[in-house]
Amino acid sequence: MDFNDSPEEAAYRAKVRAWLDAHATLRDPNKPAATMTQEAEGDLIEKAKAWQALKAREGWACLRWPKEYGGQDASPIEAVIFNQEEARYDLPPSIYGIGHGMLGPTIMAHGTDEQKKRFLPAMVEGSEVWCQLFSEPDAGSDLAGLKTSATKDGDEWIINGQKIWTTGAHFSKWGMLVARSDPNAAKHAGLTYFIVDMESPGIEIRQIKQMNGQAGFNEVFFTDVRVPDSNRLGAEGDGWRVAITTLMNERSSIGGSMSGGAGISSLIKLAQQTEIGGRPAIEDGGVRRRIADFAVRRSGLKFTGQRGLSALSQGQTPGPEASIGKLVAAIMGLEMGAFGMELQGAAGILSGDDSQADPVWQTTFMGMPGLRLAGGTDEILRNIIAERVLGMPGEPRIDKGKPFKDIPSGTTR
Amino acid sequence: MNFDFSEEQKLLQNTAKDFLAEHSSLAHVREIFEADEGYSKPLWKSVAELGWLGVAIPEEYGGAGYGYLELAMIAGEIGQALAPIPFGSTVYLAAEAIAREGSDDQKNRYLTGIAAGDLIGSLATTEKIGSLTEKSVSTTFADGKLSGTKLPVADGDVADFAIVLAREGDGLSLAIVDLTGAGVERTRLDSLDPTRPQARLVFQDAPATRLGAAGQGWTITQNVLTRAAALMAFEQLGSADRAFQITFDFMMNRFAFGRPIASFQALKHRMADHYANRELARSNCYWAAWALENEAEELPVAAASAKISASDAFDQMAIDMIQMHGGVGYTWEYDCHLFYRRARVLSHTLGTTDEWREKLVTHLIEEAA
Repeated sequence: MDFNDSPEEAAYRAKVRAWLDAHATLRDPNKPAATMTQEAEGDLIEKAKAWQALKAREGWACLRWPKEYGGQDASPIEAVIFNQEEARYDLPPSIYGIGHGMLGPTIMAHGTDEQKKRFLPAMVEGSEVWCQLFSEPDAGSDLAGLKTSATKDGDEWIINGQKIWTTGAHFSKWGMLVARSDPNAAKHAGLTYFIVDMESPGIEIRQIKQMNGQAGFNEVFFTDVRVPDSNRLGAEGDGWRVAITTLMNERSSIGGSMSGGAGISSLIKLAQQTEIGGRPAIEDGGVRRRIADFAVRRSGLKFTGQRGLSALSQGQTPGPEASIGKLVAAIMGLEMGAFGMELQGAAGILSGDDSQADPVWQTTFMGMPGLRLAGGTDEILRNIIAERVLGMPGEPRIDKGKPFKDIPSGTTR
Repeated sequence: MNFDFSEEQKLLQNTAKDFLAEHSSLAHVREIFEADEGYSKPLWKSVAELGWLGVAIPEEYGGAGYGYLELAMIAGEIGQALAPIPFGSTVYLAAEAIAREGSDDQKNRYLTGIAAGDLIGSLATTEKIGSLTEKSVSTTFADGKLSGTKLPVADGDVADFAIVLAREGDGLSLAIVDLTGAGVERTRLDSLDPTRPQARLVFQDAPATRLGAAGQGWTITQNVLTRAAALMAFEQLGSADRAFQITFDFMMNRFAFGRPIASFQALKHRMADHYANRELARSNCYWAAWALENEAEELPVAAASAKISASDAFDQMAIDMIQMHGGVGYTWEYDCHLFYRRARVLSHTLGTTDEWREKLVTHLIEEAA
């Protein structure tokens, strides 16, 4: 039992570091990595594209992909090592996570040779950014309930409807879309998967203002948008199976921080600066017990990640325990945000520039409800753990075995 | 990197699992429970013959000379089986304390005796209600004699010797006392889990020998408790795994409203949370085992984290085990209460969970400074 790199891993890490040192500067480890902001978006996208192009030219892009599509045929642990090292440098936020992590592998699994040749190398070089057009206002957790329609018209399809929660739609060249091609078929049988040019006429993109004031997502409206049949991915009516490939590739947290907000040491410092009942909050038993419980969950997450990395390092697939990461991290993040505010007393509700301490606690509190919903809600994740990991039976379904058009959906009142 | 147990260690685990499935069934646990015998003598004998008591004891004292990773694997299986033997008191506590602090004579006598299965040990620290503190100790050790009362002492009524925390001069020291000798009166106390019996030990000028340096008793005790916590956490995790599995099997086969109760989200979401809690605890346990095996500086933080998360995971699972079984879960006949009792008892063993939270946060504050 150890945390050490194997000799091969250590040699690879050294090679990665040498390359990164030559092309980037180390980040102050006490400062968070750059994130996308609306104000600096244009500049950050340009920088992200330049960094991706450099990586592609020098053989460090999409490491796990096959060489024929511009990758390096690297092992999973080599890709993890590169990500770990890259995270230590002062670099623009990545705008390729969805494309490289989910959509590229879907094209590899279901695309024609022409589609692979046309789309994958440009994805590696980063000249074209991709977005995912899955969720709809009436189809979130129940994704197969989507209603955006695809109607065949000769060699083309006509798309009408609305997608939502699309990251980066406004700076993406391509989108991956699941639409209903046959409303008379059963729910999961009437779907088809398409690659959509985001510059097509009839597409309107609107940013969604989130409850925390930020706008990381879009709504995308389709009005008679034409998609050539050559951009259909997989067979007509086989869209659900293709979509599952995308969802299975939803970026795993392996190697990531799974941290969910600020750290334990910041919480301790805050409790040393504030008072409860006339003495430092850090001397209060209740405060101490809560900090201990956060620390225990945090280390549990950290070492669950290490177990997953070990599996990769040993050439195995990480075990099902990797599935708990987001569920635990999002709830804990929310609780830690609220607790950090609680320690500040009445001033805890002040935010942004008026915050009387590091505003991270308010920011975390306002951001975590989103993380609890994104990429599978807490409730869907619990279903996945119970049904797929533990093998418990599903709920009885009343939406199976009948035409989709006869199934009630959405919000009624 | 390989933050996992080796194939050999997992093989040892499977051997232990198979052996205990046959020799420490829940029916056997119940037999010991109802007979009020304190522990299973035949099981203890077999476990000694298998070499488990000396897994981490050096070969020169009759042990196997393996390490703590092997011991952690066995601890997990002891937990799975709810094995009714004084394993923790003897192996995690007494053997550890003597291996680290004992004189050559003490090691020769006690480690060899433990490895051979001839001696059961125990650690006697607390004396009354409330937290163990340096001030809460009033038992005295002077001129080679112990006087005072210890309560509760885990396995104290079945042990051959006890390591006793006592006041010596201005400080605290540890002393080893023969519990079958003169000046010792011991009484079995009524407690939640009779398969992990508790005792009152009354010493009146009982002859004893000091373990470790004079005045170092408190520090040594804290170190020993920390090391034992890392191992006890594996035992608790093993018990939580078993409680989860029994509950899962029940839910899959119990029908209500025309379907297995395992299909109701109200129940399976809770099972998903129990799964997540146990995996977090397992990861903390791995960390603690690694720290123990490597004598890492972070051992106090890792061991406390493992103990807290394993205590909570087992406690919460044992509580829900009864609830998810419904009415039968509250009967004497079903095994749920055996887990419920053991969970609570182990959450108090080596210090309560809140005491470990306090220790953890104290270390974290030092780290942050």
